[in-house]
Amino acid sequence: MMAQKSVSTTRRIKVLLAKPGLDGHDQGAKVVVRALMDAGMEVIYTGLRQTPEAVARMALDEDVDVIALSSLAGSHVPFCTKLKPLLEANHLQDKLWVIGGNLPAQDHDALRRLGFTGIFPTGSKLDGIVDYIREHVK
Amino acid sequence: MNDRAKEELKPVANESGIEVKPLYTAADVEASGGMAMVGQPGEYPFTRGIHRLMYRKQPWTMRQYAGFGNPADTNRRFKYLIANGQTGLNVAFDLPTQIGLDSDDPLAAGEIGRVGMSVDTLRDFEVAFDGIDLNKITVSLTINGAAAILIAMYLAMAEKRGYDVKQLRGTAQNDILKEFIGRGTWIFPVEPSIRLVGDTIEYCAEHAPKYSPVSVCGYHIRESGANPAQEMAYAFCIAKAYADDVIRRGLHVDEFAGRLSYNFNIFGNLFEQVAKFRAGRSLWAKIMKEQYNAEKPGSMWLRMIAAGGGGGLTFEQPEVNIVRGAYYALISALSGTQTMALCSYDEAYTIPTEYSARISLRTMQLLIEEMGLTETVDPLGGSFYVETLTNQMRQKMEEIMAEVDAQGGIVKLVSEGAIQSKVSAQAYKMQRDIESGKFRKVGVNCYRNEKEEEHPVEFHPYNEEDTRVQIAGLDKVRAERDPARVTQALARLSADAFAGRNVMPALVDAVKAYATVGEMTREMVKIFGRYQEPIRF
Repeated sequence: MMAQKSVSTTRRIKVLLAKPGLDGHDQGAKVVVRALMDAGMEVIYTGLRQTPEAVARMALDEDVDVIALSSLAGSHVPFCTKLKPLLEANHLQDKLWVIGGNLPAQDHDALRRLGFTGIFPTGSKLDGIVDYIREHVK
Repeated sequence: MNDRAKEELKPVANESGIEVKPLYTAADVEASGGMAMVGQPGEYPFTRGIHRLMYRKQPWTMRQYAGFGNPADTNRRFKYLIANGQTGLNVAFDLPTQIGLDSDDPLAAGEIGRVGMSVDTLRDFEVAFDGIDLNKITVSLTINGAAAILIAMYLAMAEKRGYDVKQLRGTAQNDILKEFIGRGTWIFPVEPSIRLVGDTIEYCAEHAPKYSPVSVCGYHIRESGANPAQEMAYAFCIAKAYADDVIRRGLHVDEFAGRLSYNFNIFGNLFEQVAKFRAGRSLWAKIMKEQYNAEKPGSMWLRMIAAGGGGGLTFEQPEVNIVRGAYYALISALSGTQTMALCSYDEAYTIPTEYSARISLRTMQLLIEEMGLTETVDPLGGSFYVETLTNQMRQKMEEIMAEVDAQGGIVKLVSEGAIQSKVSAQAYKMQRDIESGKFRKVGVNCYRNEKEEEHPVEFHPYNEEDTRVQIAGLDKVRAERDPARVTQALARLSADAFAGRNVMPALVDAVKAYATVGEMTREMVKIFGRYQEPIRF
């Protein structure tokens, strides 16, 4: 247990950053990818149009610490509703789930209930995202 | 020199990288190339405007982006905007329609009618445009990946309602290369996608000669991180790629170039934007005349919509975006655009409500009715600063275009993801500069309210019921149409796509048989394949 713990604290944080659903707005996602890479994290960017199944599979296959979504076209709640049971079925509930983009305040409670503890609406600072991930990765 | 004087003389550069001086004189105009490219409005090289009298004769068209839910909902919004004085329509489609999925496709779940109206068959267009006079109100379709299908649908709808398609005006966005750079509603790989754009241009040149089949968009490239000079230069590279495809088919440039149009973005430095448009008009005219041997003036015109861009608006203090929008509209008018639109103040939150769309419309109407913007052509022409900057912006754009050519051309650079990587690196730098306060944004990194409101805007509601209604409508069309005719039309589409023939006649035929957007897209995917996005940082 000790050895494993020391490995997990020294290894680079690995992030899957996914563009869920059909939304094509990727400027923000790509900016965040660069910020996380500059902060020394390893980032796997999925590109556009990922299904919940694809996100869950990549998160499992790539053994990531963080599952991050970027959504700007309004379908974040239905997408996360489908994604949650798939992540749980793959035993990924101990990973950090975060989401950013056009996320109205009225949806934040629903997103938290769906397991997305880190919520970064438009206007969030890059360093705030980096710090949050560093502090909350288990 | 004291510290204050030193501070004032700190070098300043605009976003395109051109140094800005504290004062301009006739000597600066001379040093930048003089007034040789200025000319008269309505005359080559059209720096001052493509028409002699510009807005004195006819003010710009006002065309707010609108569409949501079912075609019936959208038809009501269209009529509301027209009743409020809007003079054109700019149709927003939902994401399933934009990427060629039917409303009952599992991948479309949760997206029906969300960011635009959903369209499955010709029936939806019949409902959406019911009661709208297509001769009085020109319609712009914001559609790219599925553009060939929806252009066919629009022409078929107009024909069915008795309009002479030869006289029909209107525009489709249909700029797939920019869609690979930003916005992302691609379907097919790069090469067949360009071929489809060529098919629409070629078809319209013969069958709908007053219809504008393409609106080349610098707009979204700017939104993705390009600076204003790159925005225009990359758009010209893209337009040339489409023109080259059509010329390879044997058409003369004057047979189609007069119907090419553009969509550009407005935010940032006022003078830089105005100079961008003045420079762009003369550069495009020069390209068409000297490189393409265009003879008709219309082939050399940079016809455009100049739209106040979402990239300049802020999530913080959204009501201040109303003021930003007013300045963007002013810039647009000073720039000599043909059509104007504004992102509404709540754009960072939601698609526009009736209320916010009306504010945008009133903003543009103020310029026409109260501010004297329509009385005189190119009112900033002759300013030492604006003329110098116009020359410098033109040179900048020419340099960027030469660089693209030297690196193998725009098609290669987009296919490899090189342009995407370049503009996204710039977007990252800009975001860092905004967060550090180096690049000032009011309400974001300066003049913040002590207590920002939590729910400052009213949301356009998303109606889950729309999905059920849309799918029920689709089922009804499928049940009522002639299945043999659909099968036959789709087989013809497949054969024409495979043989390399222009697919537009087959698409028009399939649309008239009430084939669905998804069915037609699937036939073409079988032949063309699907685009694979290059991931490159």
